[in-house]
Amino acid sequence: MSDALLSPAVGAAFWSASLGAIAFSARKLKNAIDEKSVPLMGVMGAFVFAVQMINFTIPATGSSGHFGGGLLLAIMLGPHSAFIVMASVLSVQALFFADGGLLALGSNIFNIGFIPCFIAYPLIYKPLSQWGKSLSFSVIISASAGLLMGAFSVVLQTYFSGRSELPFGTFASLMLPIHLVIGVVEGFVTLGVVSYIRKAYPGIVESLSPTASTATFGLNRVIVTFMIISLFVGGVLSWFASTQPDGLEWSISKVYGKETLPEREDYIGKSAIELQKNTAVNARLGTSASGIIGSMIVLGVVFVVGLGIRSFRKQ
Amino acid sequence: MSFDREFFDLGRLDSLSYKDSLIHRIDPRAKIMVLGVFIFTVVSFPKYELSGLVPFFIYPALIISLSDAPVWFIVKKAIVVSPFAVFVGIFNPLLDKTPHEVFLGVAISGGWLSFISIMMKFFLTITGGLLLIATTSFPSICRGLRGLHVPEIFVQQLMFLYRYIFVLSEEAMRMVRARELRSFDGRGKGVRPFISLVGVLFLRTVQRAERVYYAMLSRGFDGSIKTLSEPRFRTKETLYIMLSVIALLSMRLLDLPELVGRVVMGR
Repeated sequence: MSDALLSPAVGAAFWSASLGAIAFSARKLKNAIDEKSVPLMGVMGAFVFAVQMINFTIPATGSSGHFGGGLLLAIMLGPHSAFIVMASVLSVQALFFADGGLLALGSNIFNIGFIPCFIAYPLIYKPLSQWGKSLSFSVIISASAGLLMGAFSVVLQTYFSGRSELPFGTFASLMLPIHLVIGVVEGFVTLGVVSYIRKAYPGIVESLSPTASTATFGLNRVIVTFMIISLFVGGVLSWFASTQPDGLEWSISKVYGKETLPEREDYIGKSAIELQKNTAVNARLGTSASGIIGSMIVLGVVFVVGLGIRSFRKQ
Repeated sequence: MSFDREFFDLGRLDSLSYKDSLIHRIDPRAKIMVLGVFIFTVVSFPKYELSGLVPFFIYPALIISLSDAPVWFIVKKAIVVSPFAVFVGIFNPLLDKTPHEVFLGVAISGGWLSFISIMMKFFLTITGGLLLIATTSFPSICRGLRGLHVPEIFVQQLMFLYRYIFVLSEEAMRMVRARELRSFDGRGKGVRPFISLVGVLFLRTVQRAERVYYAMLSRGFDGSIKTLSEPRFRTKETLYIMLSVIALLSMRLLDLPELVGRVVMGR
């Protein structure tokens, strides 16, 4: 994500989300953490930083890839420590390497830190492994899902900022398939590293994560399965959508049609109307975009309601 | 970018931050706040704005000249990270073809205007961020963040991270060089060797963290990092903030190049 593509509203929104998550994790860790973990987290951050500077060639393409690390850290250190570490690494990268810029840092911390540590890890990896799925299955699915959600988040942030002319559907169909592949590769690497470490140093995972045991998310199988399926369907569907010429033609003509409408300052309102038009007119592109959005919103509401009921009952 | 070059850039930017100049001596909190206002005002310009953005180049220009930062180094780093913005921005001229302005008899489409606007905003915000780290040492940025009430765990995390990036990057660089020497034609650089590299680095990291912890314990570490000087707000800082904010807001609200152009052309 880049500063130049963000509007102040979207940038500020994601900054406050990230700051809120940092404050939340810090508070959770203050009680659970001991002195030993503090230098460990720092060194882990340096580890992720160093690893992100090493590249590797992806088989069958010859191009080089880079490693994220959010899921690996979450598995090794627990979600709260992992998030703090990822946020610190991204901050240093934004400062020293100008990766994205300081306004986009908030969005990057959300996409690359919050999503893998607080969504992919607890809501996908943990349930999958608790249900007895093999390590390879859980890791690869969670890594790909995490990256898909991150990529989708970038598309949303760009779209709601209104600085780019890319239609939502086209941008999504560009970002999602690529990041699905990147996610599978990251999954393989994470899986390899986790197995390697467990073989060489059994028992290290438990000793490293201070908050792993407290992060219990007992979610309905159906919900998690539905979420995973909808994400993959959205990602794969959009790939097929991009190979159809009429999808792109359609979005270009939609953009031309847009030019004759009076320009509204309120881009969020404008894009909401656009989304409505998209889903009404074209089934192919519209459904993948609105499908993902719709399912995430519904899941979000369900999740919030479920959590609310649980915490209410616990009292 | 290769590992060696990234590592060198890191070191160079870091050593720049320890120099002494008028800008270097300003409290980090003031610099962070002004940079925040700067980025916000730049990004708040609407899609097609070009002339209004031009005066904002004074900010990086002033900081570069006052702090003696190497211009080409900063510009090169900005260019290196531009691909994403360029890749997304270049669709604008392709998709938005309605003519917006006429210049010297040629109709310029809205798409080109918004693309140039994106690139200007990109350059301004990126150099602003780079100049912050070039004029403020990382430990003082951390102290500034602590003063701005960022959670203590996060500030500590940043400080430890900073300390150990160089240590661990050197370790990783040795491994990468060994891999270079033992591989050829792309073989040996695939995913499997990468996994082994990462696994070994992780284990070495954990063991090193243990040694670090015991070394710190034996030197009196009690869980908090002590600093010698706490940053303080003086007249210098208040003046810096006030002048900058007034200048930035007036540049945002008045289109100065437009006014200058009108005066020059006698309208």
